[in-house]
This record gives sequence, C-alpha cells and structure tokens, in this order.
Amino acid sequence: MTRGSYRRRLLVERLMFGATIVAAAGTLSVLFFLLGYIAYQGGSSLSLSFFTHLPTPVGEAGGGMANAIVGSAKLLVAAALVGTPIGFLGGVYLAEYGRGPVTSSVRFAADVLNGVPSIVLGVTVYGLIVLPAGHFSTLAGGVALGLIMIPVTLRATEEFLRLVPDSLREASLALGAPQWVTIVRVVIPAGLRGIVAGILLSLARVAGETAPLLFTAFSNRYWSEGWLQPTASLPVMIFTYAIAPYDDWHRQAWAAALTLLALVLGANVLARLVLRRGIALGRAS
Amino acid sequence: MRRRRIWIGWTVLAAALVTAPGAYAAQLINGAGATFPYPIYSKWFDEFHKKYPDAAINYQSIGSGGGIRQVLEGTVDFGASDGPMTDEQLAQAKVPILHLPTVLGAVVATYNLPGVEKLKLTPEALAGIFLGKITTWNDPALVKENPTAKLPAIPIVPVHRSDGSGTSFVFTDYLSKVSPEWQKSVGSGTSVNWPVGIGGKGNEGVTGLVKQTPNSIGYVELVYALQNGLPYADVRNRAGRYVPPTLASVTAAAAAAAAKMPEDFRVSITDPASADAYPISSFTWLLIPSRIPDKAKGDIIKQFLGWMLSDGQAMTTPLNYAPLPPAVIDMERRAIDKITVGG
Amino acid sequence: MLQRPAVRDAGTRSTVSPRGAQRAPRPSPYGRRPSRFADVTFRGAAFTFALSVFVITATIGVELWTQSAQARAAFGWSFLWTSVWDPVELHFGALPFIYGTLVTSLIALAIAVPFGIGAAVCLAELLPPSIADPATFLIELLVAVPSVVYGLVGVFVLVPIVRTLGGPVSDVLGWIPLLAGPVYGIGLLTAGILLSVMIVPFIVAISREVLLAVPQSQRDASLALGATRWETVWHVVLPYARSGIVGSIILALARALGETMAVTMVIGNRPQIVASLFAPAYSMAAVIANEFAEATSKLYVSALIEVALVLFGITIVVNALARLMIAGMRTGRSAMA
Repeated sequence: MTRGSYRRRLLVERLMFGATIVAAAGTLSVLFFLLGYIAYQGGSSLSLSFFTHLPTPVGEAGGGMANAIVGSAKLLVAAALVGTPIGFLGGVYLAEYGRGPVTSSVRFAADVLNGVPSIVLGVTVYGLIVLPAGHFSTLAGGVALGLIMIPVTLRATEEFLRLVPDSLREASLALGAPQWVTIVRVVIPAGLRGIVAGILLSLARVAGETAPLLFTAFSNRYWSEGWLQPTASLPVMIFTYAIAPYDDWHRQAWAAALTLLALVLGANVLARLVLRRGIALGRAS
Repeated sequence: MRRRRIWIGWTVLAAALVTAPGAYAAQLINGAGATFPYPIYSKWFDEFHKKYPDAAINYQSIGSGGGIRQVLEGTVDFGASDGPMTDEQLAQAKVPILHLPTVLGAVVATYNLPGVEKLKLTPEALAGIFLGKITTWNDPALVKENPTAKLPAIPIVPVHRSDGSGTSFVFTDYLSKVSPEWQKSVGSGTSVNWPVGIGGKGNEGVTGLVKQTPNSIGYVELVYALQNGLPYADVRNRAGRYVPPTLASVTAAAAAAAAKMPEDFRVSITDPASADAYPISSFTWLLIPSRIPDKAKGDIIKQFLGWMLSDGQAMTTPLNYAPLPPAVIDMERRAIDKITVGG
Repeated sequence: MLQRPAVRDAGTRSTVSPRGAQRAPRPSPYGRRPSRFADVTFRGAAFTFALSVFVITATIGVELWTQSAQARAAFGWSFLWTSVWDPVELHFGALPFIYGTLVTSLIALAIAVPFGIGAAVCLAELLPPSIADPATFLIELLVAVPSVVYGLVGVFVLVPIVRTLGGPVSDVLGWIPLLAGPVYGIGLLTAGILLSVMIVPFIVAISREVLLAVPQSQRDASLALGATRWETVWHVVLPYARSGIVGSIILALARALGETMAVTMVIGNRPQIVASLFAPAYSMAAVIANEFAEATSKLYVSALIEVALVLFGITIVVNALARLMIAGMRTGRSAMA
C-alpha cells in the first residue's frame, strides 16, 4: 500500500463510499419519482369512464380505453399461446435431453432472439403474416409478442429444471418410470415455481411492448371481434395520445400508463413471491 | 388435482369471455391515412355509427403516406390522403384506386411566440424559414412585413413532419410553386429531405411540438391550431393580399379548380390566382378501391360515401373545414355509382 | 472444520446419468414398448419445439436479408456511411441513424455505468442484506416499466427540464461544439438520459450478483494486509469481478441499442449528424417505427428493412459478447436478466 497518512486513506474511503451511497440512493429516488409521478398524474385522471367507455371523436370529452384494456388482455392470451409452449418445451429439451451442437445452436438462437429489438420483430411479422393475410389482426400482434416471450420462458424453464437435483430423477427412474414420465411428473413439478415465475415475467414484459404492435395489431376505435381484426391496446394508445396535442388525451394517456404499470409491476412482484418460496420439491396439487 | 381443475376452469372461462363476440356484432371496416382531416373524419365515423350501429368504421390517423401504402398493400379497406397518389403509385395498385374528395382544409403556419398575436408571412419568408436561410425571428425579411410585432432575436425552431404526410405534400407543393430554390433543393412530396427543423409524428405531433417548444413554427391543418389555441399566420397570396385561413378563403381557393375538376379528382389548389383565396389550401381524398369484393363492406362504404356527401357536409363548418363545392359533389356522386361491389 | 455440505446437490451432475439408466431398461409397470414409443414421442416433441426457436430466429434473419435485397443492391456498403436520407430522390444512407443510436447509447452508458457500479458496490459491500435485498428488488422493478411509459414521462418531465436547464448552459458554454445550442429540449442528450434510467438496473443487478460472488477470502486477505475497505473494493474486489461487470455493461448497451419507443418520443426525429448533444437526431429503431408503415416506394421500404438488418446484426454481436463475459464470471446462478 502507498505511504501517506492513514487518516487520508480513511477520508478517501468515506468519500468514495459516500459516492456509492449517493449512486444507490439516486437510482432508488428515480424509481420513486417515476412511480410517484405516474401515480399522481394517472390517479387524478382515472375515472369510471376510462375503464368503461370507448374512445370518442377528437376534441370530445368522456372517452375511455375499455377496448384497449380488453385488447391488451387478448393480445396477452395470444402471446401466451404462442410463446409458452415453444419456450417451455424448448427449455425442457435443453435441460433434459440437450447435448451437442443442436443444443448450443438453439441456445444461441434464443439469445439472439432475446436481443432482437421488438420493432424488428414487428417488421418481420408484418411481412410474414399481415401482408399475406391482407389485414392487421390481433393474431399477428399476439404472434409478435409471443416471439418476444420465447427466449425468456425458455431460459427460465431451462435454468429451473437444471436446478432440480439429479437424485430426484434417479429415484424416479429407479422406480421404473420411463424418462418422459420422470420429466413430466417429477422434474417439471419440482421446478414449476421458477417456470411459472418466468412465464409471469415474460408476460409482464410483453404487456408493455408497443413497437411490434404498430404494424401487426394496428389499432381500433371500436371493440375488436375475435382474433382476425385489428385491436386497440394500452401501450399503442399511450403512444398515440401522448404525442397528440389534446389535454384530454394526455390525461387518458397517464391513466393508461398507471393501469399498465400497476399490471406489470404487480405481475413482477407476484413472480418474485412465487420464486421466493424457493425451488421447493413441490407437492402434486 | 381439484386445484388444477379449478385453474383450468378459470382459464377456459376467461378465454371464452375474451373471445366471445357478445351482443356487439357490427361489421368492422378498417381505414387509415391522413391526419389532416382526422377531426372531421372521427366525428363523421362516430355519427355514422350512431345512425347505423351495424357499421363500425375504424379509422386510424397514421399519415397520408401510411394511408397510401396500406391501401396499396390491401391491408386496409380504404385509405385517406391529402397528397394525391402519383401515377407510379397508382400503377402499383392491384385494383384501380379512386380519389374521392371529402372536405377542403387549410394548412396554416402555426407558431409559438409569446407576445406576438398576429404574424404576416410572405411566401419567400416561409420558404426561407424552412430552408434554413432565415434563422432568427428578428430577421429583416420578417420585420419588414410585421413592423409592430415584438420579434425577438432568438433562433427559429421549424417543426415539420417526421412521417409520410399529405399535409407535407400540400405545404411543399406550395413552397415549390413560390420558391424556385425550394423546388430545386427540396421538391415536393409526402416525405422530403427537410433542410432544417425537428420532426413530429402526424398533425398531432407537430401541434404538440409547437405547443411545447418556444420560438417554434410548424405547418398544420387549421383545426389543429384552433383546437389547441395556437396562433397562425396570414399568408400573402399570389394577388398580393394577406389572407387569413377561413372557410371563405379556402372555398375561394377551390373555386377555380372546381370549375374544371379532372375526372379522377386529383388536383392541387395551392397558390391560386384568386384575390380572396388562402394560398395553402387543399382538398383531401378518401382512397377507395373501385372494386370491393366483400359485399357487406362495399355496401357500407358506398352508403357512407353517400351519407358523407349529404349529411356529412353539414358537419364540416362547425369544425372549420370547408364543404365541397356543389359541382364537385355532383361529379362525385356519379363516380361513387361506378364502384362495383361483390364478387 | 470442514463438513460435508447439506444434501442439496443443485448444480452437481451425478455420475449415474439418466441416459445411462436407459441403456439397461428394467421391467416397469408401464411396459417396455409403450414407454419407448412415448419416450421417443415426447423427446421428439420437445426437440421440435426447441428446434423451432432456431428456425424462428433464422427466419427473421432470412426475411430481413431478402426484403432488404433491393436496397443492398442499390447502395451496397456505402449505405453504412452515407448520411443522406432523401425519400424524394430515393437516396438512402443509414449513417445518421447509426450515429444517433451510438451516441444516445454512449451517453446512456456514461451516466449509467458510474451510477450502476456505484450502486452495486453500495448494495454488495456496504449495506446489510436486510436492506440491500429489498433495495435491489426495487431497482430491478425499473426494468419492468414499459418503454412507452418512460417515453411519456420523458416528454412531459425530462424535455422541459432539459430545455430550461440546457438553455443557460448552452448560452454560457455554447462555444464548445458539444454544448452548442439551440436547445429544443428534445434531442440526443434527453434520449441519452432517458436511456440511462432504463439500463441502470441491468448494471446494478448483475454487478451486485457478480460482486457478491467474489470469494470472501479475497477481501479477508486484502484487509489482513492493511487495506481499508474501500481500497479492498477498488483494488481487489472490482478487478476480480471485472469480466462480469463488463458483461453487464455490454448487456445494458445491447438493451439501449434496441430501445424504440422512449427514444422516438424524445429524440427529435431529424436524420442529421451534428456534434452538439442538444441537437435533435434519429436512431435506427426510431426511424423504422416512424416511417415503416408509410414508406410508399419499394426501395424506401427496402432501405428501412436494411436499417433493421443493420440493427439486427449489431445487437447479435453485442449480445453474444455480453453473454460470453457474464458466463465467464457466473457459476450456475439463475440468469433471468
């Protein structure tokens, strides 16, 4: 160590640690400011009509985002239907059977998919689904969101299945169960908490995605029937209303942001709670 | 086991609720395009839906460029644009596309200059600002026409469209006619290479930017400036008079063109000769395919067009759009009859 | 006193592998034939889904490549260093967008890295777990906030702040090209600040885990030699965790490069290359979001898809780099980042 008084080194230590405390406090305070500001702006704009009315013509008051809330829910259902099976079963394969070049290339592909900006996914789905079909649709939007879900679900499934001890597998095989039964009835239930948490987190992530919806689900001023029509969604409405000049639309955008944030953060907290119970040897329930 | 069944039950119920059509079984028609007429279109489609609840026309204002593109690709049932489609674009269409005018509007130069209530702009000044040649508000060219206004020595912030825009087309078409330098270096179109300025998305975005950015000036449809309490400039027309954008001056701009309207309705009315005309006016068009295979959709579209030319025109003036000249309405009714519906 | 650790052998691979067990099948109540068939079917199904991930990613790459063919043929490599974006003359060059993307990401890193590593050090070294764990959890919640919500706050809060504070700064220091006016409020700096808030949780979360994974023996040895706690952190712990921290920074960079909505709302949407931080600019993701639905000529669309292809390529490279570095440091901890 250098010469120099011990007091000076202690001073440096206090200063630097103080700086790190400032950094941590600063980061936390940004979060609190963000949440608080959105809660304040959104809370003062929330009203029953926001949740129950359809959008009104430009300049007229009393509009709401009922169709956008339902639209977002439908998009999440479609995304889950697309993303969960692929991510989940893919993760099962990587964890239980995986070895060799196929596995590494699948893992690499999942990492690439995870890093692809969502706007690029929207452009691809536009070319592959919207153009051949001839119209925008909830389905196309759901597929785009599902693609985003795949890598997160896959990674979570693989990681949590890997954490299940081999002794469980060996015990099951020793009792005569075939491998697929071992996986389905022993390993997966054991890792289920983590997998559910992963699915919840990926759903929360795609709930807030806007860019891929711009060219796939488009938007809709009315209720969207079924799966083959364009649909309104909370993130797209926030974007559309935020860049417009109408104060009423701004208020609705804040209300929508608060709603979306509450859902997304709630799902995150739920996922962590599920995880925190531990990767327990789950009971069949 | 029972818990799993309960979960499955809830999931099925939720999926059913989310997917079920419910009592609301209207025929949905999708359109997209110009933000220029969005205030009147959103009113029209809402009123039409109230009168005919079985018809729901979902119009998204994504810009004229988007309207042209989506109707060409067939992903929407109709488009809308204030920049008429070029011959090359029309050639790309699988089914011939009709331009059907709906209203007349004005593109105004709106600005954010506290303390300046009225601004007079010559065509050269407008071109100079957006070319980047006139950079501060107290430029001599501006002071000359506005001697009493308190023009500060602050840089001008021009605001233009970042998306493909018919409003941009109208504005650049006008600038190309009045400024040879603009015509040479920038040209006209729904998307151009703007020399200066920041970009906003849609008329809404430009209005929002001008509203929030001090010392800015942008070009928007008149209604957007009015609805947001923003001031706008009087522009000197070809006859040398400073004309504010009003219903009368916009109608005057269309008068000469209405008399000799071409068959396909594609006409530019910027920089007209009339002394009462506001120089940056425009028709705006719905882009309707001339053959609509889906009978239900085609019937509703034709019904809407007919309604638009009668009841709809009466709703234009309260929203500060000028109605179509009667001669144009007659021509248009004949064109609508020629749209074929059904396989 | 070394004791055998409790039986929770997570992570240790047993020598009796499941595959080994299958080589000597035992009579089972499920019968041999049906279980072989079921095993093969299940494995096949799982394999198909796993392979589909690869197929999907490859399809995206192929689709981007083929749809951008027209633009690539027209402009070649010069697309990457041409700065003209002219839809009227149909001259397209991606340099302004590459510039905007890189500059905003660099600004974001410049802010997020000191804050992130500082916060991570605080949470890993200073605070007791009872405070640090909830605090980390809260910081990680920032990741969950949707991009468009960040954009909303950016437009109504950050832009006015930058405009009000940046004006005087530019007046005084405007002779430095980096700080030249005029200050609109929207621009590179605003987008960079917004991005830094969005990426700082990545750096904090991963760096904290990496710091916690540094063996206590290293710290003990340093303290035993007479170093202060800060000197230990600076000279011993941080260098030990270096590759993991760098990995987290690269991961944050990857996230910043692809951010679309928040950036679109505050960057100014102007394809230009200007030295000033206050200048409006454009990013690759933002131009695609704004112009894709409206590009009316085939070459225009193809040029936009080529921009998407460039973005795709950059994010692949950066992500791969990040994962390599983090994997080098982490040992089997769950990676849900």
